[in-house]
Amino acid sequence: MKYDAIVIGAGHNGLCNAAFLARAGLKVLVLESNPYVGGAAVSRELHPHWIYSNCSYVCGLLRPEIYRTLELARHGLQIVPYGGGVTFTRDGDILGGYLDKDIRRRELARHSPRDADAYLRYGRDTMRQCRLIRALLLRTPPDPSSLRWRDIRELIHIGKEFARLGEQGICDTMRFYTLSIADYLNEYFESDVVKANFAGSGIIGTALGVQSPGTAYVLLHHYMGDVDGQMGAWGFARGGMGAVSNALAAAVQAHGGEIKVDAPAARILTRGGRARGVALANGDEYYADTVVSNVDPKRTFLKLMEPRDLEPEFLARARNFKIRGSSGKLNIALDGLPDFPALGAGNPLISGDMHFLDSLERYERAYDDWKSGTWSKDPYLDLLMPSATDPTMTPPGKHMMSVFVQYVPVKVQGRDWTDADREAFKQTVFDQIARYSPNFRSLVLHAEVRTPRELEAEVGLTEGNIFQGELTFDQLFFNRPFPGFAQYRAPVRGLYMCGSATHPGGGVMAAPGANAAREILRDLRRGSSVPEGWSDD
Amino acid sequence: MLARDHFHRAVCETPFHPRTAALNQLNLWHRWRDHTVADAYFDVGMEYNAIRNSCAVFDLSPMTKHLVTGPDALAFMNRLVTRDVAKLKPLRVGYAVWCDEGGQVIDDGTIFHLRDGVYRLCSQERQLDWLHSSALGFEVRIVEETNDIAGLAVQGPTSCAVLRSFGLAGIETLTPFGLRSYPFAGGTLEVSRTGYTGDLGYELWIAPEHALRLWDELFLAGANHGIRAIGTLALEMSRIEAGFIQAGVDFLPADRAVRVDRTRSPFELDLGRLVDFSKPNFTGRRALLEEHRRGSRYRLVRLDVAGNKPARDAYVYDQRRTNIGVVTSSMWSPAAKASIALASVMMPWGAPGEELTAEIYYQKELKWNRFMARCRVVEGPFFDPPRRRATPPADR
Repeated sequence: MKYDAIVIGAGHNGLCNAAFLARAGLKVLVLESNPYVGGAAVSRELHPHWIYSNCSYVCGLLRPEIYRTLELARHGLQIVPYGGGVTFTRDGDILGGYLDKDIRRRELARHSPRDADAYLRYGRDTMRQCRLIRALLLRTPPDPSSLRWRDIRELIHIGKEFARLGEQGICDTMRFYTLSIADYLNEYFESDVVKANFAGSGIIGTALGVQSPGTAYVLLHHYMGDVDGQMGAWGFARGGMGAVSNALAAAVQAHGGEIKVDAPAARILTRGGRARGVALANGDEYYADTVVSNVDPKRTFLKLMEPRDLEPEFLARARNFKIRGSSGKLNIALDGLPDFPALGAGNPLISGDMHFLDSLERYERAYDDWKSGTWSKDPYLDLLMPSATDPTMTPPGKHMMSVFVQYVPVKVQGRDWTDADREAFKQTVFDQIARYSPNFRSLVLHAEVRTPRELEAEVGLTEGNIFQGELTFDQLFFNRPFPGFAQYRAPVRGLYMCGSATHPGGGVMAAPGANAAREILRDLRRGSSVPEGWSDD
Repeated sequence: MLARDHFHRAVCETPFHPRTAALNQLNLWHRWRDHTVADAYFDVGMEYNAIRNSCAVFDLSPMTKHLVTGPDALAFMNRLVTRDVAKLKPLRVGYAVWCDEGGQVIDDGTIFHLRDGVYRLCSQERQLDWLHSSALGFEVRIVEETNDIAGLAVQGPTSCAVLRSFGLAGIETLTPFGLRSYPFAGGTLEVSRTGYTGDLGYELWIAPEHALRLWDELFLAGANHGIRAIGTLALEMSRIEAGFIQAGVDFLPADRAVRVDRTRSPFELDLGRLVDFSKPNFTGRRALLEEHRRGSRYRLVRLDVAGNKPARDAYVYDQRRTNIGVVTSSMWSPAAKASIALASVMMPWGAPGEELTAEIYYQKELKWNRFMARCRVVEGPFFDPPRRRATPPADR
């Protein structure tokens, strides 16, 4: 059986890639090792009648151009924005990020009148950076060392966009990309809790501290999305994040593509220096002249390929690619809505995202724990109860809590995680929540605890890194995943990369999958089925 | 008769006002007939999502309502509207339009067949003069009862579950456009499976004195199902997604038109299915038959507009850049994830699948841009979830 293209991994990018290839008329096969599609964008009923988005848990970066072109709405995807966020302080107060702009301003002013006004300047400057990067999301990065007309033209295009920022704007942008989130926030705000409130987005999924250069960009990565044109907004996929993958899978099938689950790829087959198919763990072989890998570069090049098929320098790049696990996740079934007394009765932020670090100092200490080989003892949590917004997640009146945890090391004091470590880690997180919600513990019906060990074993993310590789400046844009290989092509002819390890990176954007499809169709001399990005102007 | 000092108040409050006012964090109101109703309560986007994600409650008390009774009630209704009311069985609701003798639409609305030969007509505009004019020679009694019935639309995927936990046993068996009565507070609560959102939903009708109790018990029952009060701005979004037209927006009521060429016939509003020529007589029949034979002047089309800019008030062009019409309603649709529009175009343009162009002007930070957006004429609603028709509907 021969296909035009085989995609390894039915994560959202693999499915998105397959959908665009199938849409262009290719005969496509997607191979997934798990018994379900979705990779890290899944909805799983791990406690009876409770649906967990047990990996990725919110949706805001998914490109609307892809959403529309693949008719994901018709295939059942619905994104429901949620209501704001809150930082709890240790002295029993809160800083609420309310949806309403006037309530939000007054809330900031409660902590610092000056910061409430500075928020506008902060918003403007951050949006300037967003605008620049958003224009690049659905474009293939140019190779700056190439003399091909296409690369030169793209470099000129980017140069022009850059020039439009003006001299000061260019300087600000260059600084921005190398700043730490702490330095960036210090330029706008005086209140420590205000800074702490915004700092979380700079470290999520990243093995860097708030004082580490490069974390300002990570914040941008969390702000550059939108929900229905509301820049920086996030929402829930109705029915959990699996709804994203299921809609993409439906799009693949609607265009005649085929998806095989329980089909773990064991080897990428090559002959005469070009890809010719995929062999499964059970020995079955599927053939295609185009093979697309949605798994990360370490797995693709160091596990699925014969080392002798690749150049030593290239193998070194794959080995050196930074995938540092730094996150964990708890998914908790609750018998009712927990109290958070500091919120006060009727506070809409009960359905927002909740955070518990109220100073940059506490953030940095949390990172210190990771560096010394253990999980943060006073961890950063990104806590949400999707069931407070999405009625499909739990039975009425019951709730589900999604708790993202930063920082969690890949190895504990240099050794592998044990079940006892995992239990102790869970207690650390429970303690953090219970400090702000006295009845939380009594409501717990079930908890799934995922350390990098589980994220790697169950999802196939090396070291459990949620972005398939760090979002640091050395690994972004034309350096992602490696310099010279940012245009989705692997060094073996017919082999491509389409995962979050490629530009523009992770976060359930589906842009890498779409961009890779455009390059593949270009090589096959087919018309592109991938939409161009919409202008923000 | 109204007391002489009514002039002290320009607008009245609906029976639900004490509750809607308490919830209206934004203090945003507008007039609907002579009542004040909420534009929005706290956030239009969140309110819209209550319609599509959980359960939205909208105060539709100001909706104009007329009760039609008497031995000739059916004959009168059949004379008034273009569809065959004889086919509307008791405890069923039907969407209808009525026309002047030129076949031009005066208004659209819903006919509730309350019990054998007793009808309630709900409409956008007040119609008493037209109804009485049309009643000549019929033995009917027509009474406006707008203020005698308070109404709540309860719409969204959890609306059936909310009504069940509110105590409406068996509500899940009510089919779309069905009508049922339940005892409530010593009186009667009428429930119809109708709405203006294109989603699963119901409308509740109650005597004004029980309105607040209804509201309170409903919100208590809905607490675990994401119940939320919504204003007109959110409702407006859902009605465009459903492809529903609105009087005064997508067409000009014929009895209000000073310029006679500004009106539209049912065919020109894509409502030809509501015109039943097998009826021997109804107002506008002759003119509509003539139009049917000769062809219409205009066509209402649903447009899928390229890009992400709403085609507000946009001119519509054909491939050769001839101006062929104008957009009447438009929005970015969160449910369809597309820029969508209703437009009125000249015939013969606007056949399903035809590619047209909308001339969109929009502003970003005080700079105006022009975008000639490709549009495709599509059929049916822009968003049409299966739950809208499912009986019994799912709980969420």
